[in-house]
Amino acid sequence: MRLDRRQFIKQAAISSAFATAGALFPGISFGGWSSLAQNSGMISWQKSPCRFCGTGCGVLVGVSDGRAVAVKGDPNCSVNKGLCCMKGYHSVQALYGKDRLTKAMVRKNGSLVEVPIQEALDLIAQKLQETKDKHGKDSVAMYGSGQWTIPDGYVASKLFKGCLGTNNVEANARLCMASAVTGFMTSFGLDEPMGCYEDIDHANVFVTWGNNMAEMHPVLFSRMLAQRKRKVDVKIIDFATRYTRTSQAADKTIIFKPQTDLAVANAICYEIIRNDWVNSNFVNEHVSFHKGKTNIGYGTEDHFVFNDKAEPMSFDDFKVFLEDYTPEKVEKLSGVPAKDIKYLASLYGDPSVKVTSFWCMGMNQHTRGTWINNLVYNIHLLVGKISTPGNSPFSLTGQPSACGTVREVGTLTHKLPHGVVMNEQDREMAADIWDVPVENIDPKPSYHTVEMFRALDRGDIKFIWIQVTNPMVTMPNLIRYRDGALKDDRFVVVSDVYPTPTTDVADVILPAAMWIEQEGMYGNSERRTQHFAQIVDPPGEAMSDTWQIIEVARRLGFEKQFPWDESDYIEKIWEEYRRFHAGPKHEMAPYSVLTQRSGVQWPFVNGKETRWRFNPKYDPACTNGKEYDFYGKKDNRAWIWARPYEPAAESPDSEYNFWLNTGRVLEHWHTGSMTRRVPVLHNAVPSSYVELHPEDAAELGVVNGERVKIISRRGEITMPAQINGRGVPVRGMVFVPFFDESYLINEVTLDAFCPISKQPDYKKCAVRLEKA
Amino acid sequence: MPIFSYLAMPREGAREDLCTELSNLEYCQIIPAENKEIVVLVTDTPDEDIERSLQLKLKNLTSLQSLSLAFGYDEQD
Repeated sequence: MRLDRRQFIKQAAISSAFATAGALFPGISFGGWSSLAQNSGMISWQKSPCRFCGTGCGVLVGVSDGRAVAVKGDPNCSVNKGLCCMKGYHSVQALYGKDRLTKAMVRKNGSLVEVPIQEALDLIAQKLQETKDKHGKDSVAMYGSGQWTIPDGYVASKLFKGCLGTNNVEANARLCMASAVTGFMTSFGLDEPMGCYEDIDHANVFVTWGNNMAEMHPVLFSRMLAQRKRKVDVKIIDFATRYTRTSQAADKTIIFKPQTDLAVANAICYEIIRNDWVNSNFVNEHVSFHKGKTNIGYGTEDHFVFNDKAEPMSFDDFKVFLEDYTPEKVEKLSGVPAKDIKYLASLYGDPSVKVTSFWCMGMNQHTRGTWINNLVYNIHLLVGKISTPGNSPFSLTGQPSACGTVREVGTLTHKLPHGVVMNEQDREMAADIWDVPVENIDPKPSYHTVEMFRALDRGDIKFIWIQVTNPMVTMPNLIRYRDGALKDDRFVVVSDVYPTPTTDVADVILPAAMWIEQEGMYGNSERRTQHFAQIVDPPGEAMSDTWQIIEVARRLGFEKQFPWDESDYIEKIWEEYRRFHAGPKHEMAPYSVLTQRSGVQWPFVNGKETRWRFNPKYDPACTNGKEYDFYGKKDNRAWIWARPYEPAAESPDSEYNFWLNTGRVLEHWHTGSMTRRVPVLHNAVPSSYVELHPEDAAELGVVNGERVKIISRRGEITMPAQINGRGVPVRGMVFVPFFDESYLINEVTLDAFCPISKQPDYKKCAVRLEKA
Repeated sequence: MPIFSYLAMPREGAREDLCTELSNLEYCQIIPAENKEIVVLVTDTPDEDIERSLQLKLKNLTSLQSLSLAFGYDEQD
């Protein structure tokens, strides 16, 4: 036992040294260490994807005496090739926080009391049925997560959409990548990237669009740095609104004013055309031009409705549209020097250079998120730099299964596992596979996430079940939604692994199995499905989210639809779900293959993974006999969109004179409910702070650590200042990480969203500052 | 029974020498970085006397420029 304990401590010592090295030297790699730390015979190692971000690193989890005691990068996983970031190396410690939820709790007379989990499940089924009977099917809702496993999301969708007949299924991925989805759908007609991480090994130029990859996707950033070191002609361009660790490592940082990325992207297109850098053969053969509605609003009012309408336009019309976006005009709006815009255009326009663009929340959490996604695709399409190794417009995801569970399973109000609820054939397919009457599936979407919590506040929704997410920290304009959840006749069920501000508002808390305490699958940013076995037992009465839903479904009378046995239900669910994606455009690997490999990319056709879609050299779904086949759209072309610059929903003015930008830090995962319970990670960044520009801090009269009050039209918060820390905002902007529930920055943010994707903008609202 | 981990920085051009010298010391395990001139050193000594002796040996390594402590643990018997 002593030997085990010392091995564990040595692993912690190694992990801490790696974490320290990673913080001091971004991109540092210890890929060869696994050969030095081989199995001692007392620790067994099993593969899993990492629990945290959307990169999907493969990890090997070391288990001793039934306890996960160590992590190392999986050298067989092509994503990370044996490397992890500091969150990954410490991930298993998140299983063992002292206040882990192990028993169900029910609120009785205002207090939460422990009950057997079966009693809690009885109560949930009873309340769900009563609410539906009394207030109608759309009075009950499920709110899940991009951290749901694929089976979690699948059974949730099957129960709510197929059996209960409501489209009130949403997931927190609405808050992180809905604009990426609508960007893909409007430009290509199919979701998810055409490229893969191997693009990093081929590109000469990387442009990070509002994307601090050094902290948010550190392993991929390391691969970029390694590529730059390997080859002499590789550049990293950081296109950003604040200076970050990505800026420190980039060859060039170009700072733009918030929201003006729209104008800069159009100016790049203008320059490409003006300089005759357009790949005319590609454009003529594979691209069509369109415009949509303008002045489309911001969704800040309840019941906001918007439907875009595409109209065709010609290339000449598109050129006329771009005349408003000369580099000189855009310099005045964006603050980006015209020469830098021309420089960016020259990189994209040079036919000898392979360019990969990366983005994540900066472009997606944007009131014109769909548009900016379209505009970056426009750039790549004009020069034909797409769907070939190294030429890749690449939308990264933030959560481990935002792609796998939310986008592919379709746990959004309008989606089904294949297609959308509005489409009759898609409903028929779902009804057939789910063994429910087709009439059960409502053809009309109900509430997207912001509107779902507005409906809870209004009382249109009375029952909500929240799994694997923490909306009472993450919802923008939070005060309204917390007050709504606390209203007397609302019934809130929360399944989680630790107490959070969301369990604080719960009527029932279910203890959930976490990550490797259950079997499951995630789907990462590059269309890779990653299976993990149950490696350790969950504590107490904790139960997988999938099984919780199955238990409730059976209590509601849906035994026929949920017939599985606990011994093999994940395999059975996977094989049922896989039927939705049959065919060369989205074929998923069988269960037997998933269990053997460190992730499999779809489409998986005839035993082969597809690296680059729409390119017949790699993609078996291409059938048109041409160099590319953009088969997602009916015209077999990718669409270039004329999308104008429009201002943010709320910009600084004389009263609220600062931009507020929010986001994450390397050490913490989302709201910190797991990583803040890992001592090394918590001690590295123990609390949140507000980053200020040094000159703004001087004007305000605050020094590092002094408290600053941040006030918006919705709320206020007081927190310590950080000046010249890891991130430095430009003058007139402050940045606050949202991982710390002691500082609920979303009480200050605005619940404006992209009218097409319905994804809120957490990067831009107006605040004023006071020295506290 | 202390366990420590450090970031060890070699003198210029002495990375390989440092790895060799550290590997030859008892109670030391090293993990060199692939792409930086940094070596992670983990020491696991049975008692304080040996720990002190090891510290002296480390200080006398000619290939070593500096040691930065990353983790420390001392288990009392």
